[in-house]
Amino acid sequence: MNAGANPAAVVYLDHAATTPVLPEVIDVMSSELAQSGNASSLHTAGRDARRRLEEARESVAAALGARASEVIFTAGATEANNLAIKGLYWARKRRRILISAVEHHAVFDPAQWLATAEGAELVLIPVDANGVVDLAALAELIAENPDDIALIAVMWANNEVGTIQPITEVVELAKAHGIPVHCDAVQAVGQVSVDFAAAGVETMSISGHKIGGPPGTGALIATREAQLTPVLHGGGQERGVRSGTLDVPGACALAAAVRVAVQNQPQQAQRLARLRDRLAAGIAQLTDAVVRGPALAQQNSQDLTRLPANLHVTFPGCEGDSLLYLLDSQGVQVSTGSACQAGVPQPSHVLLAMGLAENVARGALRFSLGHTSTQADVDAVLAALPEVVERARAAGLAGGMA
Amino acid sequence: MKVLAALSGGVDSAVAAARAVDAGHDVVGVHMALSRNRDQMRAGSRGCCTIEDASDARRAAAILNIPYYVWDLSEKFEETVVSDFLSEYEAGRTPNPCVRCNEHIKFQALLDKGVALGFDAVCTGHYARIVDGPDGQELHRSVDTYKDQSYVLAVMGPQRLAKAIFPLGDVASKDEVRAEAEARGLGISNKPDSYDICFVADGNTQGFLRQRLGKKPGEIVDVQGEVLGHHDGAFAFTVGQRKGLALGRPAADGKPRYVLEVQPETSRVVVGPQELLTVHHLNADQAVWFIEPPTEWIDCTAQIRAHGRPLEARARAHGSGEMEVELIDGVRGLAPGQSCVIYADTQVLGQATIAKATRNMDQMREFSVAN
Repeated sequence: MNAGANPAAVVYLDHAATTPVLPEVIDVMSSELAQSGNASSLHTAGRDARRRLEEARESVAAALGARASEVIFTAGATEANNLAIKGLYWARKRRRILISAVEHHAVFDPAQWLATAEGAELVLIPVDANGVVDLAALAELIAENPDDIALIAVMWANNEVGTIQPITEVVELAKAHGIPVHCDAVQAVGQVSVDFAAAGVETMSISGHKIGGPPGTGALIATREAQLTPVLHGGGQERGVRSGTLDVPGACALAAAVRVAVQNQPQQAQRLARLRDRLAAGIAQLTDAVVRGPALAQQNSQDLTRLPANLHVTFPGCEGDSLLYLLDSQGVQVSTGSACQAGVPQPSHVLLAMGLAENVARGALRFSLGHTSTQADVDAVLAALPEVVERARAAGLAGGMA
Repeated sequence: MKVLAALSGGVDSAVAAARAVDAGHDVVGVHMALSRNRDQMRAGSRGCCTIEDASDARRAAAILNIPYYVWDLSEKFEETVVSDFLSEYEAGRTPNPCVRCNEHIKFQALLDKGVALGFDAVCTGHYARIVDGPDGQELHRSVDTYKDQSYVLAVMGPQRLAKAIFPLGDVASKDEVRAEAEARGLGISNKPDSYDICFVADGNTQGFLRQRLGKKPGEIVDVQGEVLGHHDGAFAFTVGQRKGLALGRPAADGKPRYVLEVQPETSRVVVGPQELLTVHHLNADQAVWFIEPPTEWIDCTAQIRAHGRPLEARARAHGSGEMEVELIDGVRGLAPGQSCVIYADTQVLGQATIAKATRNMDQMREFSVAN
């Protein structure tokens, strides 16, 4: 944030990175922090804490079409993804891991680590130009040797370009051979309808801070049959697969966030899709920018090919980091299209997997809307963009990178 | 002024940015991501541009309460600095990558991009002074001559001086900078200086060259052409080098032998006695002039390597692109590819890349006959 920027004038369109915590979640978390008790203790304080934790578990399960016993609380989605990928791989003792080419680093890197450190064979499932998993290619990969596959991981919706994946079809292909499917649903919750049981996946990860909850909270939803070798060993909490003193305030805050996000999802999705479409239409009028990911549907509201709150755009001849700096200095906060490793830019593996050239991928910006987004935000972006794009284009040429 | 402060994550650039803030400028910190193959932590004085450096830069910006961004210039860096480094070694020369980085990255790609984005100047932690002279701005050695970096900065040329700020040019010593960092609460005050080539993370330049250029075996010969040994790549040798020749037998006179010349076409490395290393005359190209290019000889001092001492010299220009320099007392181990910067006292007059060092051939022939 610009040191001198007026906070009231700030436009935050980076909800896919993190969301402002909902007031009701802050209330829940504050009152929980004021209570004490280890949820594993046998005395009164322990029992009270445990009751609140189990209520949180039931609430998360009910909101996401799961059973309470299927909810494993974790300290965020990265941990949940690690537990799913490593846990299934170790427990099933099979060599191959199939993941989509557009997975988040929290799925990609554990799988990559298993390949380098544990001798796994990592196979990337190709995607089309919109970032959709190629089901025919997946069927062929499975047919090669179905018994050799430890797990398949395909995300519910992509964090960069917003593409929604054909999870049902992926599960159908896998189920025929008894192969478990892990699904990273971090970006999907609160934007589209997410039903764990109906999806038929073996494991599914969710995150608190992407839906108005606190950072450091999340869960792995895992069927009771899921074979998982623990990543964290200790006191044997959470079915013995996730040891560590139970985080009652975190779990209750997560539950509150999930409850609100899922309750509001139908109206919120419509509202955000309308705002997003206005933003897209405005950008199209101002510049020669190109929307990436599935095309925006006409009169979008029932569109199931992409997330309603995501707009991913590439600006020809511009550098994403120039655009980000210029917008930020105008109080508009968005993300470059690239993944960020500790603040170090990298060309986006998602865009490259979709077949974009590196110089095109460099000009990417991701606008992600959320519960605080308003028409005024969209207007502010559209007001700032013409000059920003013109300057960024001049800078792109000056840097010799375009 | 709207100032873009290049923050490397080190002490110098952080204190330089702090001084720019104190001077009343509107400062924005930028860390340049120059390498994509990044190590997490810095190993001693080795390299820079690690994740740790980026974090330190971000922390420094937060302490100074200035915005901070990371700009990815890795493609440009690979295209200009790293590939030049490799092709120069392949051509038997000894490149100076810091000179190329200042030329192509800091005072070109970064500066031009900054100007296009609305900045007036780039501020760095270099040790050099910009002084207002009768004919405009001049580039001078820093007050602390031990830390002076005018040698690697001269390549930026006079036009870009107006858009550069070097707040550390007049500090008395690095200790003063460290003390100031400490006083300002910049936690990096004790961070070691980086000396090695930043993109060779483990400090093993030879290993890096072998990995990127492969094996190119050749002969090691003496001045008469007699084969004394073999090597895996002429790029492993620099004029003036004595160690690592691994010659089976000693010279007839029992004196140590030095690399006199690297011949890339034949991959031959010529070695000989120290006397033959002495060079009195050099021709340099890609000249950059801070004064009207002198068509007649002018007296000056010349520096021919980083941290080298100034040598009594005279110089003249041929056209604007070439520089000819006579070194009055001669110098040993002058390596083509290195930068030659000429000075009048502390003022930089010009800079060029050494293309050819002329050894006294008569002396070489006499030597051959005598032996």
